[in-house]
Amino acid sequence: MSDMYSSDEIMTVSAARALRDGLTCFVGIGLPSAAANLARATHAPGLVLIYESGTIGAKPGLLPLSIGDGILAETADAVVSVPEIFNYWLQPGRIDIGFLGAAQIDKFGNINTTVVGGDYGRPKVRLPGAGGAPEIAASCREVIVVVRQTRRSFVDRVDFVTSVGYGSGPGDRERLGLTGAGPRQIITDLGVLEPDPETLEFTLTGLYPGITVDTVRERTGWDLAVSASPQAIAPPTADELTALRDLHARSNTA
Amino acid sequence: MAEIVSLAEAVGRAIHDGDAVAMEGFTHLIPFAAGHEIIRQRRRGLTLIRMTPDVIYDQLIGAGCARKLIFSWGGNPGVGSLHRFRDAVENAWPASLELEEHSHAGMANRYVAGASGLPFAVLRGYNGTGLAEVTPTIAPVTCPFTGEILTAVSALRPDVAVIHAQRADRAGNVQLWGITGVQKEAVLSSERAVVTVEQIVDVLDPRPGAVVLPAWTVTYVAQVPGGAHPSYALGYSARDNDYYAAWDAISRDRDAFTSWLAVLMKNAL
Repeated sequence: MSDMYSSDEIMTVSAARALRDGLTCFVGIGLPSAAANLARATHAPGLVLIYESGTIGAKPGLLPLSIGDGILAETADAVVSVPEIFNYWLQPGRIDIGFLGAAQIDKFGNINTTVVGGDYGRPKVRLPGAGGAPEIAASCREVIVVVRQTRRSFVDRVDFVTSVGYGSGPGDRERLGLTGAGPRQIITDLGVLEPDPETLEFTLTGLYPGITVDTVRERTGWDLAVSASPQAIAPPTADELTALRDLHARSNTA
Repeated sequence: MAEIVSLAEAVGRAIHDGDAVAMEGFTHLIPFAAGHEIIRQRRRGLTLIRMTPDVIYDQLIGAGCARKLIFSWGGNPGVGSLHRFRDAVENAWPASLELEEHSHAGMANRYVAGASGLPFAVLRGYNGTGLAEVTPTIAPVTCPFTGEILTAVSALRPDVAVIHAQRADRAGNVQLWGITGVQKEAVLSSERAVVTVEQIVDVLDPRPGAVVLPAWTVTYVAQVPGGAHPSYALGYSARDNDYYAAWDAISRDRDAFTSWLAVLMKNAL
């Protein structure tokens, strides 16, 4: 069974593995939420899931469609107001990991979920906007981004900086007064990118089985650097796939 | 003191053309029925305020009620785009839409400032983002004690807040629980407040984690069972995820939306 999985499945499994048991995790909806719930269902039962709707320690048992589904409130350790979740919980740096998606991301891990093309007032494509992401990206101790990799989504410079990664390079986060360390990994459907320790430019450091460096470079909109020996990331185990598919199955029939 | 009236009366008396209207409810307890009544009463030129202008504001924008949108995330949760919102911004259909765009933390703090009677709120946020450049209600402010440069966001002071709650008593005291979002702040920052409720009861027995809005903070209460649908009211209904998924096809196509709107206009409550 373990050699039969989709690219979304290995991406979700890979993202789940990045979450250690016992951490607190501010979860965005979609791919990040699937990965965080998979981690809790497998190796990290003590992972604390926090959603921007004010649900702290949610234990949904299936994948919520929105960040405010009833199951999150019903299973949470605490439900607080939206001003409180941002002011008391996120802003002081209490939360270990911010787990975000992106529409567009650049080589310094800056995220755009606002507008693509044209100008701000009359864009070619109007995206949903910021939501909680700018402050999650600024204030969580570190950030992990989960996003499908295409030449359109992985760009040299984002059209609009909705959430700051490393700005335009070393020193920018400190200059801007951003308290968290910034994006530590971008986990895609091809592999894993991590910031170069010197330049902070995202570099290919891990590859899924059967994916070549050339494929990743073709699907990256900047001249992607590759680490000396990219790690071969293990395929999903049978247990991981079963747990993920069970989560999806429960969600579709709920 | 709150008056208990019908939904049509509440909307008719409290919401006027050109008003700034904050309809809140963070996924849970979204006041959809009140939104539909605003469309039926053909309000125009509204400034619509809402952290997550999801399907409810997609409907109001498509129906031509809005002049301006103040918001922080405009998507159909778990589904995709709000196509009426996008059509207004990208193509000015049915009319152009002015935007005032924030993050969730910024919007939440703007309500807190409004509820607190302060001109602005302070947060650590927006530094290095494009929002700080395009939104005039975001500005740097220096801490008088430490010299640290922080971010100020101006207070929200809507003309009307509209929310949905589980229950009210006959005096108009309102009780809501579960995910309570930013509704308390929205009501306290607004000049007037309209609350639709699932149920009017004789006695509001205490609920864990409930927010209670005393009757003297509320202008009108209307009993509208199911008034949050397709959103939900914890303890009364479940979120209708199929409606949100089905909205994508209606919203995507101007003709499909226009047909949806024609049916809504015919069906009075």
